[in-house]
This record gives sequence, C-alpha cells and structure tokens, in this order.
Amino acid sequence: MKCRVCRGPAVIDIRRHNAGFCAEHFLHHCREQVRRGIKEHDMLRPGERVLVAVSGGKDSLALWDLLVALGYDADGLYLGLGIGEYSDHSGDAARSYAGERGRKLHEVDLAADYGYDIPGAAAATHRAPCGACGLSKRHLFNRVAIERGYDVVATGHNLDDEAAVLLGNVMRWEAGYLGRQHPVLPATLGFARKVKPLIRLGEREMAAYCVLEGIDYIVEECPMAAGNRHLGYKEVLNALEERSPGTKAAFVFGFLDRAQPHFAGAALEERETLGECAVCGSPTTGEVCAFCRLRERASDA
Amino acid sequence: MKVLLRNPRRELDLRGPLTVAALLERLELNPESVLVICGDTLVTHDARLADADTVEIRPVMSGGAS
Repeated sequence: MKCRVCRGPAVIDIRRHNAGFCAEHFLHHCREQVRRGIKEHDMLRPGERVLVAVSGGKDSLALWDLLVALGYDADGLYLGLGIGEYSDHSGDAARSYAGERGRKLHEVDLAADYGYDIPGAAAATHRAPCGACGLSKRHLFNRVAIERGYDVVATGHNLDDEAAVLLGNVMRWEAGYLGRQHPVLPATLGFARKVKPLIRLGEREMAAYCVLEGIDYIVEECPMAAGNRHLGYKEVLNALEERSPGTKAAFVFGFLDRAQPHFAGAALEERETLGECAVCGSPTTGEVCAFCRLRERASDA
Repeated sequence: MKVLLRNPRRELDLRGPLTVAALLERLELNPESVLVICGDTLVTHDARLADADTVEIRPVMSGGAS
C-alpha cells in the first residue's frame, strides 16, 4: 500500500478514508483532523489556557501532544485512582511524558486527597467501578480547572468513544445524555467548558500516533473496565465498521448534524434545576452532589 | 514468526510468510481493533510477514464509559 499523499510506502491504512499514509503524512493527517474539529465546533480560542485530562493512555497523551503541536497553551492533570499496578504504570507514563517534554502536569490522588480509591468506592457503593471512576473524574477535572484558572478542560474522547456512548444512549433513549453529547459543552455557572478535540480520529489512529511519535503510553487495559458494557458496544461497532467502513463516523456525525439539536432541550431542562452542593458548592440537582455522596460512602467504608 | 499478543500477554509461533490480513483472520481479530507492529515498524494489512519476523499485535480498544 502506498501513501495517499507522497506515494511512498504506507505504514497505516485507514479504511474509512480509503487511504494509506506514510509516517510523516499520517502525523500531518492527525494534526489536520484535530485542527478541523476544533474549528468546526469552535472548541478553543487563541490564548486560552487548556487543562488536558491525562490518564497515561494513548488518547490523552496524544491529545496533549497534538494540542501543543498546534500551538495551544495546554497543561495536564493526572488523577490517581488507586487501581493497583495499573494506576502505578499509568501515572509513570503520564509523568514520563510530561518530564521528557518539559510540560506541566498537575496531580490529584483520590486516596491521599479525598480519602478513597476506585476499588473501595465500587465496593462501598455497590456501583460498577467505571461509574464511580467517571463521576470522580468529571467532578475533579472540572474543579481543578476552575480553581486553577483554566478556561477549558480537554478530554481524549475519540470517534470510537463517542460512537460507543451514542449507541448506549440510543439503546436506552437517554434524552438528557443525548442532549449533552456534543464535542463542546459550554461553560456555565460552576462548570468549565469541556471539549473533545479527537472527535474526528479513531482509537486505532491515536495508538498509531503514539507509536510514530515515540510516546510511551500504558497499553494494558484497566482491569476494572474488563467486560464492561462500553467495550461491548465498541466490539459491536467494530464488527459493523469491518463490513462497512465509515459506519462509526456516519453514526456520530449524522447524530450531531441531524439529531442532537432535537435533544438539546432535555439537557437544558436538567440544567435549569441545578443548585449548589451543600458540601462543596458544585452544581447539583440535589442537596449534596453525587461526588460528595460517593466520597462520604467510600471513605466511611 | 513470533507473534506477541496483549491483554492477556502471550506469545505464539506461527509459520510465515503471511500477510497481515491473513494473520489477523487466522487469529480471528478484527483489523479495526488492533495495530500490527513488525520489529519496530507499523505495517499495513497488505504487508507480508516473513518466517523470521517478530510481530506485535497491539489492541487499541480502551475505556470505561466515563
């Protein structure tokens, strides 16, 4: 296979683009897709301070790398989840990347700073670990961004992630979630803007980006995510994509163009009912926010 | 050829030559869900792998639902 651009030997084929790329032109392709996604959805403006949610995996490290390559002022935030060796290795990957490239990495440790970890929270609340993990991440990335003066939180959600979340939300007709599923969530009182600049790139492309840029990321999957519903949706979507390349992109971008606006009202209705958490002051629909309730139950256990 | 697989980590010995596409088919892996690295070079699905090659098949699917 040859590179679509220079006709030299290709190192990666991307079936949904019906194209192969050499290393140089693949890296250019990734930067262009991110630049285009940011522009199309007005995600970032010049001079803004960006906080990248860094897990030590391929997506978040590639995102950080791409944003800096495109000239954005981007720092990282790593959240220590306390998931044994997996967290040790992912933290090492995040610190090594930041150290080698001279970039600023903030760190928050759930156990040291908030008195619980994800395995403990899952056991204490009888919730799936991914639920406690996602809740902790959303709350703390937002809180750190606001407290430390960042304009926007950028997450490494890619096209595959968005397609899998969309499939899950459609399967259950989660109107509120569908209304919020967008590459940009604007800032509101108590919430920093959230953006997903990798929306136009698949996870295979992000892994290839890291390999070609020499970014050492944690390849092992989180042991607590094994067999979860999200990964099941990804397998189903990949089976469809293999038969019909471009299915995932058509699903996500068709939703954003033609369906998401119909659900935006449901998300706005939810937002209008938000008050302040009696414990931490974060926006919440109840008296105490879900994060503070989780923290209380998990740290008491 | 030596084939390294991950999650769980294991190694296989297979006879070459084989194309990457044929290797993935033999292992019943969806090409959308992996990268194939021969030595230290990424390779496309039409690349031919020789008997003496060392090949890593790296999964790319990740994530909780956060």
